[in-house]
Amino acid sequence: MRWLIKLKDVTKRYGKITALDSVSLEVREKEILTVLGPNGSGKTTMLKIMASIDEPTSGEVFFDGEKVNNGNRGNVRKRSTMVFQKTTLFNTTVYKNVAYGLKLRGYSKEETDEKVKEALELVKLVGYENRHAKKLSGGEQQRVSLARALVLNTKLLLLDEPTANLDPKNVSIIEETISRVNRDFNTTIVMATHNMFQAETLTSRVAVLLGGKMGEIGMPREILRGPSIDLASFARLENVFSGSSKILREGTSIIEVDDGIEVEAAVRQSGKVTVFVRPEDIIVTKSRLFSSARNVFRGKIVEVSDFESVVRLRVDVGKEFVVQITKRSFVEMKLNVGSTVFLAFKASSVHLV
Amino acid sequence: MTFKMFWELFQNPIFQITIRSLHISGTATLLSTFWSLPLGMFIGLKSFPGKQFVKGIFNTLLGVPTVALGLILYLLLSTSGPLGFLDLYLTPQAMIIGQALLVTPIVVSLATSAVESVDPKIQDLAKTLGASEVEASLAVLRESMGGIVLAIVASFNRAIAELGVALAVGRNIKGTTQVLTTVIAMEVERPNIEYSIQLVIILLAIVFTVTILTNLLQRRIT
Repeated sequence: MRWLIKLKDVTKRYGKITALDSVSLEVREKEILTVLGPNGSGKTTMLKIMASIDEPTSGEVFFDGEKVNNGNRGNVRKRSTMVFQKTTLFNTTVYKNVAYGLKLRGYSKEETDEKVKEALELVKLVGYENRHAKKLSGGEQQRVSLARALVLNTKLLLLDEPTANLDPKNVSIIEETISRVNRDFNTTIVMATHNMFQAETLTSRVAVLLGGKMGEIGMPREILRGPSIDLASFARLENVFSGSSKILREGTSIIEVDDGIEVEAAVRQSGKVTVFVRPEDIIVTKSRLFSSARNVFRGKIVEVSDFESVVRLRVDVGKEFVVQITKRSFVEMKLNVGSTVFLAFKASSVHLV
Repeated sequence: MTFKMFWELFQNPIFQITIRSLHISGTATLLSTFWSLPLGMFIGLKSFPGKQFVKGIFNTLLGVPTVALGLILYLLLSTSGPLGFLDLYLTPQAMIIGQALLVTPIVVSLATSAVESVDPKIQDLAKTLGASEVEASLAVLRESMGGIVLAIVASFNRAIAELGVALAVGRNIKGTTQVLTTVIAMEVERPNIEYSIQLVIILLAIVFTVTILTNLLQRRIT
């Protein structure tokens, strides 16, 4: 398959710090490639070099068959766009934010209007044109950033942890948009993420970046299903539990995690296993729910962390669980450190590492 | 009738002095902006050895007494001074240059901090959306516009309200270098308090109007 961008032995140093160490990578045309790696592993640096907004200290970058150098970097830059992890917006309206790149490319007012409208439709923000971008919620702001990149319809789209710290609704809108532009416009996408689940569901290939060095590259299944306890810990997976599993007659398995906690999982595997439950898959209630959820635990909130529109709770049920709920639920349920809560999640929300 | 009214107004010394004040201080501010804004942006955007030192110098110069600068300019520009051949002494041009120098530290310091307060990612953002180096710097300038406007207005207000430079190189000559502050100082000496009060009210009205207009403008651009 043809490649769109290729890094060859790319090294990037900032003073004494080596952010990227002889990284080589080929990104194929029309694929979604996920770069998995912990904080400080060089993901952002790599994306910035791919976006031609930063230069490698040594090594070569090729874009669409052309070697990138000082002469053509400005030109190559126009054929890709990057969405930053920390949402960055111009201090103006949503319309002007999204229209910025079109204006630089000399589009007429009519064309700009039409393209801005299409991009806002993609991220479900039609009608927000005249709103002040910085006054929107965190998730909406990130969707404006995404629309501002999508409107340019560049061949390559670079996303730096586009859903970090967002609530589930915004995450799903952004994930849906990403797969749609890849499918409908054949946009090649490189996405840095901590989120293994995203890597698995959204992407065609996964590349692991550790300490500035390129690790394994392959299909999500190969990378994520392997002996990857290290991968789980660096990808900052929360609620990772190990224990011995027994297959039940109903087809599910019961995993005895230490401290007497048992977790039911919709998998058939016996023996020693490691599983994880995503914080956003856990439902928090104030009283015990009669529901289809196979796992229900009673516990106390021991820590509350605030992330703009969502709140993360650390709940001690004999073992600590991290749970993510929207700020609105948090306020409405009048929760706080010390509150007694019930956690519920389905057996199918328990994933094997 | 209307023409006559205009003619009378134009002949009115208070009107002439006010216009001259606006002209001299306005031109001085624009002139200073011409060199101070790029300098402030450079200091704010780039990192170079001695940057903190340079910023420190401009911050210190913010408080330079107008009489001190006035004296230096007098020594340079007066007929016997090293730049006396330029024939600028006792001209509005000398006052313009003097006030432009006086407000330079204000524009540089305030523009530097305005630019520094902009999210450093704005440049990268502009670039990844297709901007050249110059276009990316313009994006930063646009983001810091509130602070830049404030810098320019503060400079104008300082220029129109200063006395030391205007007196040292202009000497309050009727019909050529008389401005609001020099006339006020002279009339208080005489003492012609009523006339002075009228001029002070005009001076305050100018400063307040400019400030209010700026506030309205800032609300529109942000």
